[in-house]
Amino acid sequence: MIKARINDLPVEVPEGTTILDAARQVQVCIPTLCKHRDLLSTAACGICIVRNKGGNKMIRACCTPLENGMEITTHDRDIVEVRRSTLELILSNHPNGCLTCERNGECELQKLAADFNINQEAIKRYVKETPPDTSTGSIVIDFTKCIKCGRCIQVCQEMQDVWALSFLERGINTRMAPAGDITLAESPCVKCGQCSAHCPTGAIVENDETQTIWEALHDPNKVCVVQIAPSVRVTVGEAFGLPPGTNLTRKLYSALRRLGFKAVFDTNFAADVTIVEEASEFIERFAHKRGALPLITSCCPSWTDFMEKNHWDFIDNFSTAKSPQQMLGVLAKTYYAEKLGIDPAKLYMVSIMPCTAKKYELTRTEEMYASGFKDVDVAITTRELARMLKQSGIEFLSLPDAEADSLLGDYTGAGTIFGATGGVMEAAVRTAYFYATGKKLKSLDLEAVRGLQGVKEGTVDINGTPVRVAVAHGLANVEDVLNRVREAQKAGKETPYHFIEVMACPGGCIGGGGQPYGVDNERRQKRAAGLYQDDRDKQIRCSHENPEVIRLYKEFLDKPLSTKAHHLLHTRYTARPLYKR
Amino acid sequence: MISNLNHDLNGTVAVTTAPAPAAHPAGRAAAITRIVEKHGRRSSRLVPILQEVQEEFRYLPPDALALVAEKLNVAPARVFGVATFYAHFAIKPKGKHLVRLCDGTACHVKDSIPILDAIRRRLGVDARHPTTPDLMFTVETVACLGACGLAPVVVVDDQVHGAMTPAKGVALVESMIAKEAAP
Amino acid sequence: MKDATPATRPENTNPPTEPDAKQRRVIVCAGTGCVANGAYAVFRGFAEQIQAAGIAVTTEFKPEAGSELRLNESGCQGFCQMGPLVTILPEGILYTKVKSADVAEIVAQTLVAGQVIGRLLYTDPATKQPCRGVAEIPFYRRQQRHVLRACGIIDPGSIEEYLHHGGYAAARKAFTAMTPETVCQEILRSGLRGRGGGGYPTGRKWEAARTQKSAKKYVICNADEGDPGAFMNRSVMEGDPHSVLEGLMIAARGIGADETFIYVRSEYPLAVQRMRQAVKHAQRLGFLGTNVFGSGLNLSCEVMEGAGAFVCGEETAMIASIEGHRGMPRPKPPYPAQSGLWGKPTIINNVETLAHTVRVINEGAERFRQSGTSASPGTKTFALTGHVANTGLIEVPFGTTLREVVLNIGGGITDRRGRITADGFKAVQIGGPSGGCLTHEHLDLPLDYDSLRGAGAMVGSGGLVAMNQKTCMVSVARFFMDFTQRESCGKCVLCREGTRQMLALLDDIIEGRATGETLTLLEKLAHAVQKGSLCGLGKTAPNPVLSTLRYFRDEYDAHVIHKCCPTGQCKALAKPSIDPAKCKGCQACAKKCPVGAITGERKQTHVIDPKKCTACGTCADVCKFDAVLGV
Repeated sequence: MIKARINDLPVEVPEGTTILDAARQVQVCIPTLCKHRDLLSTAACGICIVRNKGGNKMIRACCTPLENGMEITTHDRDIVEVRRSTLELILSNHPNGCLTCERNGECELQKLAADFNINQEAIKRYVKETPPDTSTGSIVIDFTKCIKCGRCIQVCQEMQDVWALSFLERGINTRMAPAGDITLAESPCVKCGQCSAHCPTGAIVENDETQTIWEALHDPNKVCVVQIAPSVRVTVGEAFGLPPGTNLTRKLYSALRRLGFKAVFDTNFAADVTIVEEASEFIERFAHKRGALPLITSCCPSWTDFMEKNHWDFIDNFSTAKSPQQMLGVLAKTYYAEKLGIDPAKLYMVSIMPCTAKKYELTRTEEMYASGFKDVDVAITTRELARMLKQSGIEFLSLPDAEADSLLGDYTGAGTIFGATGGVMEAAVRTAYFYATGKKLKSLDLEAVRGLQGVKEGTVDINGTPVRVAVAHGLANVEDVLNRVREAQKAGKETPYHFIEVMACPGGCIGGGGQPYGVDNERRQKRAAGLYQDDRDKQIRCSHENPEVIRLYKEFLDKPLSTKAHHLLHTRYTARPLYKR
Repeated sequence: MISNLNHDLNGTVAVTTAPAPAAHPAGRAAAITRIVEKHGRRSSRLVPILQEVQEEFRYLPPDALALVAEKLNVAPARVFGVATFYAHFAIKPKGKHLVRLCDGTACHVKDSIPILDAIRRRLGVDARHPTTPDLMFTVETVACLGACGLAPVVVVDDQVHGAMTPAKGVALVESMIAKEAAP
Repeated sequence: MKDATPATRPENTNPPTEPDAKQRRVIVCAGTGCVANGAYAVFRGFAEQIQAAGIAVTTEFKPEAGSELRLNESGCQGFCQMGPLVTILPEGILYTKVKSADVAEIVAQTLVAGQVIGRLLYTDPATKQPCRGVAEIPFYRRQQRHVLRACGIIDPGSIEEYLHHGGYAAARKAFTAMTPETVCQEILRSGLRGRGGGGYPTGRKWEAARTQKSAKKYVICNADEGDPGAFMNRSVMEGDPHSVLEGLMIAARGIGADETFIYVRSEYPLAVQRMRQAVKHAQRLGFLGTNVFGSGLNLSCEVMEGAGAFVCGEETAMIASIEGHRGMPRPKPPYPAQSGLWGKPTIINNVETLAHTVRVINEGAERFRQSGTSASPGTKTFALTGHVANTGLIEVPFGTTLREVVLNIGGGITDRRGRITADGFKAVQIGGPSGGCLTHEHLDLPLDYDSLRGAGAMVGSGGLVAMNQKTCMVSVARFFMDFTQRESCGKCVLCREGTRQMLALLDDIIEGRATGETLTLLEKLAHAVQKGSLCGLGKTAPNPVLSTLRYFRDEYDAHVIHKCCPTGQCKALAKPSIDPAKCKGCQACAKKCPVGAITGERKQTHVIDPKKCTACGTCADVCKFDAVLGV
C-alpha cells in the first residue's frame, strides 16, 4: 500500500493508483478533460496538473502513480491559473456557438468552462473554417469543434481496431481526420459511433434525424409506428437523471404513444424471432452438417460491415438472419399491415436504437426493402429520443405505464438480453438446446458468456456433444478469435468454436455509440444488470416459447427457414475488401 | 579514405541525394514492394521505409502511401499519420530545383530573412505554397546546416552558397531560370 | 585481425601531435564549412601537386609511419571563420583561407623548401602578429580539446588510425576487465552530466537501467541535434565517429544492453554516412556482432535517420519515432530507464556524453574531474557563432567564464561589417530555443550547469550565439518562439496553442500593435507554458522570452509604449532617415533602393519617403558615409 498526502490529507491506496484516483479517497476531484475511464491516459490536455512537495514542476495526475511520501497539492493559485490558461487556450480555438450545438448542456468542455468561469477575451481566437463530414449519414464530424483530446483516435484505433480516424500533421496544424483526407464513408469506418460516445464536445455526434420524425408524426398520410431496442429501456433514464439500468420499458411505451405513434412495438419481439431463425440455422449446420461452422451472429451492422471489409473469408459462416430491427420492420409492413388491414405504403416505421450504425443498416442491401417498401424508415439513437422527449412537453418520468401493441410487442427474457454482450448467444443456446434435444436447459443462465471480459468462452453439452461457444465485444477482440478458427481450418483440425457472437461495441448494445454520454465499465455493468433483471422477471424466458412468435409462424411464416421466412427475414453479405491480405 | 566521401567534381557536399524521376504507377508497386520487403515488412520500420519511398519518387504520392499501408498490413490511417507528422516528408510534389535557405540562429542574426523574402518575391511563392506552379522551384527554410562560418547560407540543389545577400540570392535564381530556358 | 596496441596518450589537449612520429602530414579540413568553401578542390589540388613534385605520398593510414607524406581529409578543425584550413605536421603549421590556387605554392614553399607562407597564416588582431600554428592561436590555445582531440587530425574513415591512437581500448576494458556495475560506478564517480542539455548525472541514469531486470535492454545515441546554431555533435560524428561508437559500446556494457541505435537527424547526411561506415568497420573487426572483445556478449548497432522533427530529440518522442509512430512524447513516469523502447529499459545519451565516457574509462574518474568544476566536471563543446570574430567549434572546461569564451577565444564582438568593436557586446544566447540570454553582468559568470540556471539560462546543447548592439532582443525572442512553435508536436494544449499565442503577441510587439495588456498576457502565458507543458520542448519554449524580458525590459517597453525599435532592426517600426550632416548627395542609395523611395539631386541631401520605404536596409549597406539612420 502507498501512503501519501493530498492537500495535506492522508491517503492510502494500492500501488499503481494514479494521483487522480487516489485523490477521490479524500473527496478531492481533480478536473480532467482528455482523460476517459475507458482509455489509457495520453496526458494531452494538461488540465489535471498538480504539484508535489511544493516544487516548481507540475505533474499530470491522470497518469502519474502515487508514490510513498508524496505531498500533493491539487489546487493553489499557480496551479489554478495554469489550468485556466489551458482552458482559455482550448476555447480560443473553439467555435462559440454553444447555444446551437448538439452537445449544449451535455458538453464536457462547456462544463469546465462554466465551472472555471472563463473569460477569454484577452486571447486571440483562431477557428479554422472546415466543412463537416456528413458522408456516412450516421455520424457527423464537425472538425472545428475538435479539441484534439485524442479520445476518438484511441477509440477507433486501439479499442475498435478500425483505424478510420487518425491525427494528421503536427503542432498547430494537428487535426483529426480520416487518413488522406478521404470522407468518413470512404474510410474503414463501420459507423459504430464509439467515437461520438467518447467525444467530450460536439465535434463528433450522431446524425440527428428527429426533425424527420416530427414531420412524419404530423403527416396525416402516414401511420407512424415505432420499435424500441432491447438496451434503450435501461439507458434512456440516464438522460433524465436516473441510475443506469433503470428499466423504463412501460414508460417508454406510454411516452411513445403520447408522441403520436399509432403502434408501439418492441424490438425484443423480433429478437425472439431472430433467435428462432438463427437457432434453426445452427441446428442445420451443427446437427445436420448443412453449412459452415462456426456460425457467427450478424445482428450488429458495424460487425457485418467490419467483416465485409476485413474478414470476408468468413462470409459463409455468417448467419443470414437479419437483425431484429430489420425483421420487425419487414414484419410490420407485411404481417402487421395485413392483419390490421393497413396500407403498408402508409406505414412509417421508426426504430429507436442504441446505435449509429443502425442508420446505415436501413439501406444496407436490397433485402432491407423486402416488404416492397423501405422496411424501417428511420432509425434514431437513445440520445435523439431523449431530446425528442424533452421537446415534447411530456413529463416522462411521471407517465403511467402502458403496454406494447400485440402481434409485434410481446417478448421473452431471451429477447431482452440481446442488449448485453453474450445475450444473443445465451438466448440462442436456450432455444438451440430445445431444438436439438426437445428438452429445456436445466439452468437458463449461461454465466460463462456474461460479463465485460473481451473474449468469453463456454461449453454447452447438447446430447453428449460439447458445443463450444465464444463471445467477443469491442472490435479489437475479434481478430484473435477469428485467427484461432483460421488456424484450425488450415491445420485441418476441428473448429475451436461452433458458435460465435460478436458485438462491435464494448459491453454490447448497452455500450452502444448512440447511448447517453458518460459510459464506463461501471455503467456498462449496471445497464446490463438491468436487462438481466428484466430477463429474470419474465415468465417466459425462451424465444421459441413466445406465444406471439408461435402465432407468427403458424399464421404467416409457416416454419423457421421457410421460403417465406428466407425471403423476408434473411439477407446476404458481400466481400468489400479494404486491404488485401 | 577519399573514395568514401560523397562529393562531385565541383567539390560540394551532397545535401540531398539526387532525385529520381517519378515512376509509372505499375513500377511504383514494384519499388514499394522491394522497399517494404527489404525492411522485413515490419511496421516499426515505417519511418525509414517512407524515407526510401520518398527518395525513390522525390515525394510521397498518396497512392504510394496507401500501397505502403497495404504491403505492411497496417491501416492507411497509421501511415498518413506518420507521413504528415515529419517535416521531411513531402506529400505534395517538390520543384525540380530545391532552394533551401538556412534560418539557423547564426544565419538569422546575419539577416537571412530578407534574402528569403527577396527570393520568394522573385519566384512568386510563399510559406504556404513553396513551389512554383510550373514545378520548377521549391523554396524552403532549413534550420542550421552547420556552415555557420559562412552565414547567411543558401543551398541550391546540392551547392552551398555562403555570405549571401538579397541581391545575390535573386541573381542566383535568375541564372537558374536562364539556364532552364536555354534550349 | 591483429589487436591494436594503444599508443602513449599525449598529455596536452591540443590536437594530437605525435612526439615520436616524423611522418610528414598534410591534413585538409573537410568539415561542412570548409567544404562549402572549396576544401575538396584544395584536397585534390594537393594530391596532384604533391605527386607532381615527386614526393612519395599516401592517402592511407599506416601504423608504421614510413617516409611517405600522408595526405588526408579530417573532420571539423574548429576555426570555421578561417576556413578552408590546412594543417601541416610535424611542424604544426596551420594555413587559413586556403584556395586551390594556393596549393602549388604551399607544396613548393613549405613541403619542398620548408618555408612558411606568411600570408596564409592567421594574424592575431590583438598583437598583429602572424601565428604559425594552433599553439600560438588564441582561439585554440585557450581551449581544452578532449572530445574534439582527434577531430581535425585523424581520417574519420580509418578505423586503423583510430585504433592506433588507443581507440577501442576503453570498450575492450569495459567488456573484459570490468563489470556493468564497475562501469556504472566509474561513470558515476566521474560526475559526468548529460551533454544534451539536461545535465542529468549520466552514471545515475545508467545505474537505474542496469538494475532493471530485463533480458532485453537498449541504448540509443541521441544525435538529433536540432538546435539551430548548434553543430557540435555533427562535427564529432563527422570527424571522430568511432569515439561515439566506442562510448555507445561502453554504455551498452554498463547497463547490459545488446542492441543499440544511433538516431541522427537526416539534415546531416555526411554524419549519417560516417557513422554507418564506422559501424561497418567496427563490425568487420568484430567489435560489433557476436562475442565482442571475446566477452561472450553480443552487440549490434543500427544508424537510423530522423525525418525532420526537432521534438524527436526528446527521449520518449525519439522512442516513439523508432517504433514507427508519430514522434510525440509520452508521459513520464515510467522513465525510459525503466520502460522505454518496446517497453524495455532504455538509456538515451547525447553524442558528446558518450564520447566523454571513453576518456573516463581509459583514464579514470579522477582524471576526468581534473577539468571543470566539482559540480560540473569535464569539458563541453560549444558552437560559437553570431557576431564574433572567431566563429567555430570550441571545447572548454566547465567554469570557463563567458568573457573568456566570447571575447578571448571568440576574439571579440563584430559589427555588421565584420569589424571588431570594443563595446559591441550586447548579449549571448546560450542553449538555443530552450535557453536564455546572458548579458554584460554575466561576463564573469562561470559557464556550468548550476550557475547558468541561476541566471535564467541553461547550458543546453552548447549553441552560443553572440549578439552585437544592433541586435533587437525582442526579435531574437520572436525568432526562437517561431522555431519552437513550428516544431511543437501538437499533443498538449499549452505548448501547441500557447506558443502560437505567444508568437502572435511578439508579432504584435514587433509590428507596433502592442497594447498595455500585451506584456502582461505574454508573461502569463509564458509561465503557464513553462509550468504545464508535457515535455521539455514546451517547458523551455518560453525561456528566450522570459530571459529577454528579464534583461531587456526597456527594449520591450520601447516597442510597446513608444512604438520604436531602438536597434532599428524591426522593419515595421523602423523610420529610416538620412542625416543631412553626413549625406554627400552621391545618389548611390537612390540608385540601389529597390522601391524607389529615395529622392535627391546630385550633391544635395537625399530624402527617404516613409510611405514607400520598406526598411530593407539596402541604402544603409551602400552608403559609404554612414549617413543612413534608424536602420
